[in-house]
Amino acid sequence: MDHFARLGVPAALDLEPAQLDKAYFARQRQWHPDRFVARPPEEKARASTEAAALNDAYRTLKDPLSRAVYLASLKGVELPGDGKTIDDPELLMEAMEAREALLEAETIEEVDLLARKAGSDMENALSGLAGLFSRDDRPALRSALLRLRYLDKFADEARSRRTALERAKA
Amino acid sequence: MTLLEIHEPGETPLPHAGEGTLAVGIDLGTTNSVVAIARDGKPAALHDETGRALVPSVVAYPNSGGIVVGEEARLLMASEPRNVVASVKRLMGRGAADLHAVAGVLPYEIEPGSGQTDMVKLRIAGRARSPVEISAEILKALRQRAEAALEKPVERAVITVPAYFDDAARTATRDAARVAGLEVLRLVNEPTAAALAYGLDKGSEGLYAVYDLGGGTFDFSLLRLEKGVFQVLATGGDTALGGDDFDRVLAERLLDERKRDGIADQIDEGAVKTALVLARQMKEQLSGRDRTSGRLELGGVPSFHAITRAQFESMIEAPVKRTVDIARQVLADASLTGGEIHGVVLVGGSTRVPAVRDRVAAMIGKPPLVDIDPDEVVALGAALQAEALTAGSDTLLLDVTPLSLGLETMGGLVEKVVPRNTPIPVQLAQEFTTYQDGQTAMAIHVVQGEREMVTDCRSLARFELTGIPPMTAGAARIRVTFAVDADGLLTVSAQERTTGIAQRIEVKPSYGLSHEDMADMLYDSLENAEQDMAQRLLTEARVEARRSLLALDAALTKDGSLLSANERSALDAARGRLEKAIAGDDRDEISAAAEALEALSKPFAERRMDRGIREALSGLSMSDLERRVGE
Repeated sequence: MDHFARLGVPAALDLEPAQLDKAYFARQRQWHPDRFVARPPEEKARASTEAAALNDAYRTLKDPLSRAVYLASLKGVELPGDGKTIDDPELLMEAMEAREALLEAETIEEVDLLARKAGSDMENALSGLAGLFSRDDRPALRSALLRLRYLDKFADEARSRRTALERAKA
Repeated sequence: MTLLEIHEPGETPLPHAGEGTLAVGIDLGTTNSVVAIARDGKPAALHDETGRALVPSVVAYPNSGGIVVGEEARLLMASEPRNVVASVKRLMGRGAADLHAVAGVLPYEIEPGSGQTDMVKLRIAGRARSPVEISAEILKALRQRAEAALEKPVERAVITVPAYFDDAARTATRDAARVAGLEVLRLVNEPTAAALAYGLDKGSEGLYAVYDLGGGTFDFSLLRLEKGVFQVLATGGDTALGGDDFDRVLAERLLDERKRDGIADQIDEGAVKTALVLARQMKEQLSGRDRTSGRLELGGVPSFHAITRAQFESMIEAPVKRTVDIARQVLADASLTGGEIHGVVLVGGSTRVPAVRDRVAAMIGKPPLVDIDPDEVVALGAALQAEALTAGSDTLLLDVTPLSLGLETMGGLVEKVVPRNTPIPVQLAQEFTTYQDGQTAMAIHVVQGEREMVTDCRSLARFELTGIPPMTAGAARIRVTFAVDADGLLTVSAQERTTGIAQRIEVKPSYGLSHEDMADMLYDSLENAEQDMAQRLLTEARVEARRSLLALDAALTKDGSLLSANERSALDAARGRLEKAIAGDDRDEISAAAEALEALSKPFAERRMDRGIREALSGLSMSDLERRVGE
C-alpha cells in the first residue's frame, strides 16, 4: 500500500495540511499502541507495525518536497540516494557557487540574503512542479527535484552558518 | 500471590484484565518523586500520613540495617553520608565513558562497570550497587505509598522519563520498575505528561511549549494540541542540567568563603553534602525574597553566609542561558519562533527560581502557565495516561524520538537512519553493502546522537551479521532496520537480501546492565518474596502436623487397646519425630515425619474403623439394618 492510500488521501502534489493531519489522527486513533495495551501480543505487534507505517506515511507526505519526491517515485522517477553527488553539471555549478558565497558571508545579514534567495528559488521550483507532473515530463521532473533537494540542503547550511555567526557574536 | 494463580485452559485472563489492581502514574524525579492516580479523568497526587506528596528521591542504607527511602533517608545525609544516595537518576544507563558529564556533581564513590559502556555502580554502605537497584528502592517506596493510600494492590504504572533520556536510560528505568515488581504500561516523556495534565484541564488548542527544569534534567518540548490529540513536534534537552547545578555553584561559593576566611576544612563527602543541603535551603529562600543568609558548620567550625538574589542570579547565569539556547534550537527544529507559541507550561521545582521564569517569559513573549504545582504536574499527567491506557480514553499522545539513531560507516562517520523528532513508533530501514570481495561478515555499530562522528555519539550496541554469501564488493544488500516502540525503546535487526537467505539478527541494546546483573537484582528482590512464601508454607505444615497429632492422641485414648506393644512403641517413636520436626524450621522434615506417622497409623485407623462398624452393627436385627440403610 502506498503512503497516500494508507492515509486515505488523494495521490496529489497539493495536499491541505489540515486534511492530512485529520486523516493521520483518525488512523492513529485506531492503531496507536496505546489503544492496544490490554490486547494479546500478536495484536500489539500488528498495531505497532501499522502505527509505524502511518508515521512513515505522514512524515513523508507532510513536507511538500519529500511528498513531491515520493509522488515522483510512484511515477517511476528515481533520484539518487540522499547525500550522493549531484550528477547534473549545471546544478553542480550553481551549488558550488552558492556554497562559496555562503562560506564567504561574514555577517548575519549576508547569510540572510543568501537564505532568502534560496527560499524564493525553492518556492518557484515547487510551484513549477505541478505542470511537470501533469505533462509527465520525467527528465525535467527529475532535475527539478534534484535542484529542490539541493536548495533545501542549502537552506539548512545557511541556518547553521547563521547560528555559528550568532554564537561568535555573543 | 500470583505465583500460585492457576487458570484452566481457555480461562487465562487477558493481561491487565484483572480489575483488582490499580494503575498509577509515577514521576521518578532526580530530586523528588511523586505517585498519583486518576479516576474519571481527575488526577490526584497520593500523600503520606503527614500530607506530603513529594518523596525525596533519596535512598539510605543505614548502619542500623535495612533500607530507608525519602525524607527519612534525606535526614541521614549529614550523619551517614556514605550510606546515602541522592540524584541517582543522573547515573541511570550511564557508563564510565559518560562520567565526565556528572563528575563532581555526585558526592559518592563511583565504580566503573565492567566494560566501557556498562553502567557504573555506586559504592554505598560497603557494597557496589547499580543505579537500577537504587531506583527500584524508590519505586518500591512509591508503590507502598500508593497501596497504603488506595488500600489495593498496585502492580502497573506509567512512569515518566525526561524526553531527552537516551535508550540506555529508558531501558534502565524499565528495569528498575521490573525489580520493584511494577509492570510498566508505558514510559511517557515528562513534558508530554505535563501537557496532558494541562490540556485536559483546559481543553486547550494550539501550539504549546513545555519548559521542564527539574533537579537534574532539562527538557524543552513543543506540542500541538488539537481536539484531544497531543502531537509532540520537537523536543530537546540536557540530561545533566538542572537545579542541582544551582545548588552546586552556591555550595562551592560557601566553601570558598570559608576558605577565604581561613578555615581549613577537610572537604570530604560529608562536608560537600552538608554544604549542598544549606545551599539548597538558601536557593529556595531566594525565590521568595531578595536576600538570605545561612549558617554552615563543618568539623565543629561554624561560618555565616549572606547572599542577595542578584548575586545568586549572576552565579546561575550560565546554566539558565544553556536552557534558553536549547529551547531556541527546538523552536528552530520545528521552524517556529517564540511568538507563535500560545503558552508555555513550567514544570519542575527549579522553575520556581524567578530568574528562570523571567527568562522563559522573555523568550516566549508571554507569562508562563503555572496553575498546576510544577512538582506534581508530571505525575498527574502520568496518572491520566495510566487511566487512559487501562480504562480507555479519546486522548491520543503522539510522541517523537529525542535523538537521532544511526550506524557507524567507513571512517567512523555516522549514517543517520532515524532522525530526531521522528514520530514513534517508527520502523525505518537503510541498506548497506560490503566493501571487500568475498566479505562474509559485517560489523554493525548502533549509535545515538546528533554529531557526525561516532566518537561524539553514544554507542548503543555492536553486533556482527555473519553468513553473508561471498560476493564481489558492493554486491551484497544488507538491510538494517531500526524499530523504536511507543516507549522510545529501540530494536535493531539486519538481513542480507540479494540471496534471499533471510539471515536475521535482532539486537536490543542493553548497556547498562549485564544479564547477570539483572538476574541478581531480580533474585534479590524475589528473595524476600521467597522467604515470605517459605515461611507461610512452614506455618501451614506445622498447623497440619499439629492437627494430625491431636487426632492421633484422641484415637489412642479411645482405641489404644487395639495396638500391640510393638506397634504402640513404633507409633510413639514416629509421633516423637513429628513433634521434634514441628519445633524445628525444616518444612521437608515436617512433611516426611507426618507421612511416616500416617503410614504407621494406617493399620490402626483401619482397625478402628472395623471396630466402629462392628460396634455400630452389634445387637441390630436384619430389619433394623435395612431400615438404617434406607435412611
